[in-house]
Amino acid sequence: MKLFAPIRSFLSETGSVARFVSRYFQEIFQPRYEVRQFIRQCFTIGYKSLPLIGITGFIMGLVLTMQLRPTLLSYGVVSKLPVMVSLAIVREIGPVISALIFAGKISSSMGAELGSMKVTEQIDAMEVSGTNPFKYLVVTRVLAATLMLPVLTVLSDAIGLYGSYLGVNIKDHTSLGLFFFEVFNTLHFGDVLPATIKTFFFGFAIGIIGCYKGYNSSKGTEGVGRAANSAVVISSVVVFIIDLLAVQITDVLGLN
Amino acid sequence: MMTENIHTNTTNEPSTIDPVIVIKDLKKGFGDRVVLNGFSIELRRGESLVVLGKSGSGKSVLIKCIIGLMLPDSGTIEVLGKNIESLDHKHMDELRSHIGFLFQSNALYDSMTIRENLQFPMRRHLGRLTRQEVNSRIMETLTNVGLANTVDMLPSELSGGMQKRVALARALILNPQIILYDEPTTGLDPITAREISKLITDIQHKYSTSSIIISHDMNCVKQTADRVALLLNGVCYAIGTYNELLHSDDENIKQFFE
Ligand SMILES: Nc1ncnc2c1ncn2[C@@H]1O[C@H](COP(=O)(O)OP(=O)(O)OP(=O)(O)O)[C@@H](O)[C@H]1O
Ligand SMILES: [Mg+2]
Repeated sequence: MKLFAPIRSFLSETGSVARFVSRYFQEIFQPRYEVRQFIRQCFTIGYKSLPLIGITGFIMGLVLTMQLRPTLLSYGVVSKLPVMVSLAIVREIGPVISALIFAGKISSSMGAELGSMKVTEQIDAMEVSGTNPFKYLVVTRVLAATLMLPVLTVLSDAIGLYGSYLGVNIKDHTSLGLFFFEVFNTLHFGDVLPATIKTFFFGFAIGIIGCYKGYNSSKGTEGVGRAANSAVVISSVVVFIIDLLAVQITDVLGLN
Repeated sequence: MMTENIHTNTTNEPSTIDPVIVIKDLKKGFGDRVVLNGFSIELRRGESLVVLGKSGSGKSVLIKCIIGLMLPDSGTIEVLGKNIESLDHKHMDELRSHIGFLFQSNALYDSMTIRENLQFPMRRHLGRLTRQEVNSRIMETLTNVGLANTVDMLPSELSGGMQKRVALARALILNPQIILYDEPTTGLDPITAREISKLITDIQHKYSTSSIIISHDMNCVKQTADRVALLLNGVCYAIGTYNELLHSDDENIKQFFE
C-alpha cells in the first residue's frame, strides 16, 4: 500500500493543478478585469527579472561564440560563427535560459508572496471584501508572466547576439552592421516563430505553478518556504518538458 | 439592577424581533475531528452577542462559516434573510458588503499602506464615491480608532495593537449592518482594550449595527455584551445576559467567569 502512496499523491496533485488551470481559463474571460493590478504585475515582473536575464543572455552569447570558434576554425568555416551562434541563441539557448532564470526569480517570489498571504489570511480578507482573490492575485500574475517572458526573451536574444558580436571581435574583426546582416540572413520565420511561441507556454507554466504553489500552501512559515522552493523546482522541470514537446511538434509540422 | 431586568426580559426565546443571523444545527469538522456539532444561535437586529469558548473550541470556525469562508458540513445559516449556501458569487459579494469582519490575525495586506488597506473594501464603490469622499471616509474611520497619523505607513511599521485597530477600521469602513469581531481586544493593553470596547458599543448605538463578538477579555464582554453565548463541545451550551451567566451555578459556565 505504501508503495502506491507517492503515485496517488502525484495523481491527486495533478488533478488539483488541472482544476486550478481550468479555473484560470474560466476567470480570465469573465468581466471585472483587474487591469491596474495586471499592469502593475507586468511592470514588477519585467523589471525584476530584466537585469538578470540581460546579463545571462550577454554572457551566453559571448561564451558560446568563444567556445564554438576553435571547432569552426578546424573545419575552416569560422566565418559561419554568427550563423551558428544566432541559431543556437534564438532557437534554444535564449528561450530556455531566460525561462530558467524567470522560473527562479518569478515563480519563487509568487510562491512565497501568495503563500504568506494565504497563511496570514490576507487572501480570505480579500474574499470577504468582495474582491475575487483568484482574479486579483492569480489571473493578473499568470497573464503578466505569460506575456512578459516572450518580451524578456526577445531582449535577452538581442543582448546575447550583441555579446556574440563582441566575442567574434576578440579574434576576428567584423562590424556590427555586417554581423547583424549575417544573423538576419540566417534566421528564418521557421526559426523565430516556434521559439517565440514556446516562450508563451514557458511563461504560463512558470506563472501558474508559482501561483498554484503559493495559493495552496499549507499553514505556517515552513509551508511558505516549501511553496517557494517547490515552485522553482517544478517550473524548471516543466520548462524542459515543454521544450521537449515543442521540438517534437515543430518537427512534425516541418518547421525544423 | 434596572438594566439587568431589561436584559433578562429580552433573552427568553423564541424572539419575535427580526433576527439578522439565524444558525440552525451547524456542523463542521476537519477530517475526523468534529469542531461544531449542531450549533444553533440567533443574532437579533441591533444586539451585540458575545461568543465565549475555550481556545480551539471552534469560535473562529463559527464566524468563518457565517461569512462563507468555510462551508458547513450540514446545517443552515441565514444572514439578512438569505441562506448563504444558496448564494452565487455575485450575491454573496453583495451580502458581504453589509458585513464587517475582523480577523483574529488582523489579515492586513502587508504590501499595501494603511490607506490602501482601508480603500480595498471600497474598490467596488469607487465608481460611486469621489476620491475626496473616499479619503474623508478613510480619515474619519482612522480617527475613530485613534490612528489618523498612520495613514501612509505600512502595516509592518505599526505595533501589534495598532495593527489590530487598523484591522478594526477596515472592518468598519463600509458602515456594515453586521460586524463579526474575532477577538477585538486580544493583545492590547488594558487602556486601549477599554477604548476599543467602548468604540464597539458606540458604533453599535450610533449605526444600530448587530454584532457577534468573540472575546476572552471579560472587561470587554461585560462592556459590550447584550447577550453571551457559551460555545462548548461544539454546541451552544448556554446563552443569556452577562449577569445571568455570571450568577449561574453550572460549573462549566462558572469557569469562564473566574
Ligand atoms: N482550516 C482548518 N483545517 C483544519 N483544521 C482546522 C482549520 N481551521 C480550524 N481547524 C481546527 O478547528 C478547531 C477550532 O479552531 P478555531 O480556530 O475555530 O478555534 P478558536 O475557538 O477560534 O480558538 P482561539 O480562541 O484559539 O482562536 C481547532 O482544533 C483547529 O485545529
Ligand atoms: Mg479563533
